[in-house]
Amino acid sequence: MPAFWHWFVAAGTIVFIIWCVWLIGWSAKQGPQNVSDDDVVGHKWDGDLEEWNNPAPKWWLYLYFITIVWGVGYMIAYPGFGNFEGMLGWSQQGQYEAEMQAAAANYDPIYEQFAAMDFAALAADADAQALGRSLFASYCTTCHGSDARGAPGYPNLTDDDWQWGDSEQAITTSIGMGRNAVMTPWARILGSDEAVTNMAKYVRSLSGIEAADEAAAGMATQFTTLCAACHMPDGTGNPLLGAPDLTDDVWLYGSSIDVVGTTIADGRSGQMPAHGELLGANRTKILAAYVYSLSQ
Amino acid sequence: MRHEAIEKSLNLMMVLIVAAISIGGLVEIIPLMMSSDATEPDEGIAVYSPLRLAGRDIYVREGCYNCHSQMIRPFRSETERYGPFTTAGETVYDRPFQFGSKRTGPDLARVGGRYSDDWQRLHLMDPRALVPESNMPAYPWLAEREVDPEFLTAKLRTLQFLGDPYTDEQIAAAAGEVEGKTELDAIVAYLQGLGTNRRNRR
Repeated sequence: MPAFWHWFVAAGTIVFIIWCVWLIGWSAKQGPQNVSDDDVVGHKWDGDLEEWNNPAPKWWLYLYFITIVWGVGYMIAYPGFGNFEGMLGWSQQGQYEAEMQAAAANYDPIYEQFAAMDFAALAADADAQALGRSLFASYCTTCHGSDARGAPGYPNLTDDDWQWGDSEQAITTSIGMGRNAVMTPWARILGSDEAVTNMAKYVRSLSGIEAADEAAAGMATQFTTLCAACHMPDGTGNPLLGAPDLTDDVWLYGSSIDVVGTTIADGRSGQMPAHGELLGANRTKILAAYVYSLSQ
Repeated sequence: MRHEAIEKSLNLMMVLIVAAISIGGLVEIIPLMMSSDATEPDEGIAVYSPLRLAGRDIYVREGCYNCHSQMIRPFRSETERYGPFTTAGETVYDRPFQFGSKRTGPDLARVGGRYSDDWQRLHLMDPRALVPESNMPAYPWLAEREVDPEFLTAKLRTLQFLGDPYTDEQIAAAAGEVEGKTELDAIVAYLQGLGTNRRNRR
């Protein structure tokens, strides 16, 4: 705060406190001895009910003085009087930092102890899972659901199907760095709605939902030229690209001919936001182990 | 003491009331308005892009502030969940600020980038499709209405007049930038920008 405004606030505060003291002192002098028949404020109800100009009771008056003393004491102890920082050295930022340091001293060793554990052991540890569950509730449930079963477009984490792989590194990368899955749109290349539908039927047949009819089976060649680059020739997918396995009957966006057709025709872009900065490395690992444990 | 003199004279009463309630404002509000902490932008804080500004106004129009705050308080319980606490210098281009006073839904001060664009779209259209427990209303009309470029240009000029550092080129280009954008595009752009200036979240 510039010096002028410091003095402005300081002067305003002092003047106001002095004024309060004077006002209360002055009204205290209007003791009962001064009360006369004339000393009514002019309000009259029901013929003889009058409002008198009596002073506040003594105990009430003393409360006023106590609040003034309290206020002065507060101004001395805490920030508030212009730029004066207070004798106690308290600040909002300082209190926050002290809280964070106390928490770090408390919890960091716990996180570190878990983070030092082997990933498989961590996924099997009951205490780590309890910690992981609370982290999951805070940071993951909005998309993956409070039961971790996901939603259309947001993977179910309780099945043993891993779009990006189930190694420690794969899961911590997914959480920490995020993922961008891009399925390119094929409508133009496939050329017709019919071709899209046939391709959808063919893809469904890979998972054994329904055997492909003749027209759909004919898309096998197209699949090899267009889809195999990411989804592999046998349709089992490629975790390095986040290209889903098409043979396991797990469907991120849905398995109906319409939905699979939309996925093929218009493409999809699935995005997992990065959480590394928010979580830090230790908690990312604990969370990764918890997510891994959900499907074990 | 003549109570009547004050109580029966409306003009005198008004003057005295204004004087009484001004003291708090004079000492607490005016100095803050003159303080650089509260009036100068933090590092990395820039004016809203035209599309985000349009989104911000939709946010205000739909009353999002009734259920969502944009004010992370300096407590660990808040910063763990939402990110670094909010500072005055972050909100200098918010007219009015969207601190809010109630959290039926979560704080949104740093929601930018926490979810994908697709998530935000679907969630505004049908919150329960993504979060079954959610009690947030759906806002399907946002996808049907387009941002009005002329109105937005006028708003930008007004903000420039009030001192926000929009350049004339930015204002001239604004109408083109939001051409054909729906209100849903605008509000998603606004949400995805919230709080992203502070990358060091921990």
